[in-house]
Amino acid sequence: MKLEMKDQPGQLVAALQPISAVGGNIIAVIHQRETSTTAETLDVQIVLELPEGRLENLLELLREQGVSVVRIGEERLLYECTLIVIGHLMHTDLSDTVDRIDRTGSAEVTELSLAMPAINSPSSARIIIRSTTRAEMKKAIRILRDVAGQKNLLIIEPLEDA
Amino acid sequence: MIRIALLGFGSVGRGIARAILAKNLEITVTGLADSRSGIIDAGGIDLAAALARKGNGGPCGSPGVSPADVVAKAEYDVLVEVTPTNVETAEPALGHIRGALRRHKHVVTSNKGPIALAYPELRDQAAANGVLLKYEATVCGAIPLIHAIREGLAGNTISRLYGVFNGTCNYILTRMAEDSLTYEQALAEARELGYAEADPTYDVEGIDAAIKLVILANTVLDMQTALDDVERTGITLLTPDALRLAEDQDCTIRLIGEIVPEAGVLRVSPRIVAKAHPLVVEGTLNAVTVETDLAGDLTFIGKGAGSTETASAVIGDLLYIHDRYVQGS
Repeated sequence: MKLEMKDQPGQLVAALQPISAVGGNIIAVIHQRETSTTAETLDVQIVLELPEGRLENLLELLREQGVSVVRIGEERLLYECTLIVIGHLMHTDLSDTVDRIDRTGSAEVTELSLAMPAINSPSSARIIIRSTTRAEMKKAIRILRDVAGQKNLLIIEPLEDA
Repeated sequence: MIRIALLGFGSVGRGIARAILAKNLEITVTGLADSRSGIIDAGGIDLAAALARKGNGGPCGSPGVSPADVVAKAEYDVLVEVTPTNVETAEPALGHIRGALRRHKHVVTSNKGPIALAYPELRDQAAANGVLLKYEATVCGAIPLIHAIREGLAGNTISRLYGVFNGTCNYILTRMAEDSLTYEQALAEARELGYAEADPTYDVEGIDAAIKLVILANTVLDMQTALDDVERTGITLLTPDALRLAEDQDCTIRLIGEIVPEAGVLRVSPRIVAKAHPLVVEGTLNAVTVETDLAGDLTFIGKGAGSTETASAVIGDLLYIHDRYVQGS
């Protein structure tokens, strides 16, 4: 997110403190004076991870500190899950299988490795799904299970959750 | 001294007999039956002779004596029911166990059928008659999992229990991963080594693992479940490619049975597991992880089948009863 704050000592610390208060994790702080800003304020960009549902809380705390949020960047796909799919993947329209997850908007197939055996034998693929939240990952895996049921595919899920 | 009636003289029954002969366990067998014959002898049966008769392909006793006769007429403290499992009706083992409990006899069994199908009834009958019903050998052979959960982990809440419950599947998957064998090749090898039955359905479709989950759920996790409640996928469709794709990421595939009590989840399915995970055991071993609130995570690894190993679980149960109930008798 991009923040705008007063150019005074102690302001940056005041802006960062609420992040840890809501259980967030700061990944990077980018702080540079830009010509576009007025002399009294300072622009700071922060890359951070937040537990689900804490963004509103953080914005409120920042406002209380007199820090205004100029822009909130896109949510990143933080959760990752590797699965293996076995079956007649090509004959059952692999791109449709992938598309059904991508269509959720909050989870997507980011990698796919396909092993092609002899014609007419079932093929095996490893797919990596990434999602914004744990709940979205669960939803994506549910969709994949449904698709697998319809297309007679075997899904091998990981032992541990995303 | 504890007197037992032993029903079943196959792999497990003979394992028990050999252990009794080899060690001074203070166990006397006063009744013995296989599917074709039986012996009743209050003075103690000559186990070496019975083993020799069986070894020559003969019956263990007289054709005129049935298992039901042994249950009803022999003088014993504990009935040891180690006949083969029947998952549909649990018979004839269920009838044997009911008969012994009616006579106020303790029961120790390795037979999954009666425990999976009728545990609440048998538990109540045992309690009403002031005797114990023990079944350690029904789950994971030599691993004292039930005892550990019931006694050692008493007071803990178990949030999840999962692991490798079937040695046959574990052997097949180990071999597929090691040498890129197909499922069919690995199964053929398992059969040759005696790890898989002629009809392997019970193992490879995850039924055996599912029954063990039902037993654990109903006996030590306070759940009320049946075999149909277990979401079950076997290993028959796995490909060497799938194992290689897992291997590329330092993982492998294992048939995992899983119980999440709070969510009501019982599930047997092939899963991707990091090779460094303690559950990734080789060959026919079993391994079970129990997640608890007080003790943290515990993983038990050991032999899940085999004559002597299963006998170990039965003897453990017998001596438990001996120490608490039969002393001085």
